Amino acid sequence: MNENAKSMGIIESRTFNLAVDNIDTDQIIPGKFLTTTEREGLGQFCFYSWRFNEDGSEKPDNPLRQHQPGRQRVLVAGSNFGCGSSREHAPWALLDYGFQAVISSRFADIFCNNSLKNGLLPIVVDDNVLEHLLANPDHAVRIDIGNRRLTLDGYGDVGFPLDPFSAYCLTRGIDQLDFILQNEQAILDYEKSA
Amino acid sequence: MSEPSQAASTLFEKVWKRHLVRNETPETPAILYIDLQLLHEVTSPQAFDELKRRGLGVRRPECCLATIDHSTPTSPPDADGTRHYITEQARAQVDVLHVNCAEHGIELHGWDSPNRGIVHVMGPEMGATQPGMTIVCGDSHTATHGAFGALAFGIGTTEVGHVLATQCLLQNMPKTLGIRIEGDLEPGVTAKDVILHVISAIGVDGGTGSVIEYHGSTVRAMDMESRMTMCNMSIECGARAGMVAPDEFTFEYLKGRPMSPSGANWERAVDEWKKLKTDPGAAFDRLVEIDAADIEPSVTWGTNPGMVIAVGSPVPDRQDPGTLDALEYMQLKGGVKLAGEAVDVVFIGSCTNSRLTDLRAAASVMKGRKVAQGTRVLIVAGSEATRRQAEAEGNFKGRQGSGVRTVLASPLTAAASAITGKVTDPREFLGGAA
Ligand code: SF4
Repeated sequence: MNENAKSMGIIESRTFNLAVDNIDTDQIIPGKFLTTTEREGLGQFCFYSWRFNEDGSEKPDNPLRQHQPGRQRVLVAGSNFGCGSSREHAPWALLDYGFQAVISSRFADIFCNNSLKNGLLPIVVDDNVLEHLLANPDHAVRIDIGNRRLTLDGYGDVGFPLDPFSAYCLTRGIDQLDFILQNEQAILDYEKSA
Repeated sequence: MSEPSQAASTLFEKVWKRHLVRNETPETPAILYIDLQLLHEVTSPQAFDELKRRGLGVRRPECCLATIDHSTPTSPPDADGTRHYITEQARAQVDVLHVNCAEHGIELHGWDSPNRGIVHVMGPEMGATQPGMTIVCGDSHTATHGAFGALAFGIGTTEVGHVLATQCLLQNMPKTLGIRIEGDLEPGVTAKDVILHVISAIGVDGGTGSVIEYHGSTVRAMDMESRMTMCNMSIECGARAGMVAPDEFTFEYLKGRPMSPSGANWERAVDEWKKLKTDPGAAFDRLVEIDAADIEPSVTWGTNPGMVIAVGSPVPDRQDPGTLDALEYMQLKGGVKLAGEAVDVVFIGSCTNSRLTDLRAAASVMKGRKVAQGTRVLIVAGSEATRRQAEAEGNFKGRQGSGVRTVLASPLTAAASAITGKVTDPREFLGGAA
């Protein structure tokens, strides 16, 4: 089973904020790291140009320095997150960096699809909820994937859209490949009859 | 025409049904069995990596065919055999594909193969692409193979891994879009003009969520290369795939190819393939009818392939933001003709137009004429086999490059524009030099 997708029925976590609109896939993972032949370990390149100078030294104002890995597994970002060129490396990098879900008021379509395929949950909320989260860093949140509810401690809870198959996979802690593998018998039957 | 009946199916429905491992449910998509996966070096490394991470093997290596085509330099190697890759990482991708294919027993057409080429040119040339197959590749132009009556999808790296591990692909049932084109094409009008016309007729999102079937007398009269060009560009209007029912042209093309069935198997295969057509009375979810007589040599004037005009017509003079942005980018004025605009570089190639017939068409216009001063012509054959043949015929030698403000057009229009150094209607040049 895919580790990233393991027991994703409920996510309880603190949030980490990047209060910037239009964070594109090139900011999530710069193009120069795309030709890698592995997907493991891409977290080290996540938000690279926010964190590091050209020469590899850390930027003094690196906003990711505030991030508490393990405790803050939900990223809150400005509108239109994941715009720009389509690359599955973006969700891979975010997952490897330690995020399980991203909350924003709008996501680029392709980013959304790529994320769901890979077990990263994009959650769309309205502007008020986003503003509240951005104004309250390190917010305690609870995400109930099966019921498509996001609960903000001390604020209330809101629904979010999620297609049936993504919910099916995320609540079972499986990903798409696991789902196909579970149908091994049907595949064997098909091969026999073909 | 007869009434639509329950039993009548479209070509797409027949291929779809034959490959269903499990039907879709409200919660889960259909599981579709895949007959052939084409692999190349860019979208496959992470897929192999994921397999390794999960301890999975390749389910049916004999259903995979690999080539190197994206990161590979088009310039010849040095005398000592050194090849100049654009980056070291490009070289690494090529090396990794070699390792992965060797490890999993997958047939790879590498540097030393006489068949190496753009996957979508090589598959048909080798006879790997056959009617009724389901074919996938980690490249958006996989729809090309639909020209043979195959159902061919472009997929992402994650799905490349799914198919390697399980030989299956998850799909929601697409809608069917019939595009019927009837009548004879005017001289100088090619498949590229037809598909540009179709895209402008239905819009760049007119095919979204659909599989297109091109049919009608115009399509029946087209050679395989023309059908491939049309299917290839299906994705430019958002369609998932494009298909043409196989017929005598298809069988003729496939006969004797290295991977085509042979002997008694050939007859049996052709009998099966003949059943792969839309039954009379079968209904498409949507049908668009196009009169071939309305199609002229076409060019794109803007920034997406739906922005198409006949080469002699003025570009649109509209005030909507989309039009204004595109005009500004292309440095054009609304209402002014594109024909006559200076052209710096003419490129004939890519998986859409790098087949022998494309190169021959261009050569028929260029024969006995010179490229205009100040205009550069770049021609890249789609495969080693095509390059050898084109060179043997004395047509071309070329290498790759790219333009900035791009006008999409047919090889004929491109060749005519190369001669004048301006966007040019190829009909001025039909029939060779005076
Ligand atoms: S030639 Fe075709 S397959 Fe190759 S990159 Fe261009 S569009 Fe893709």
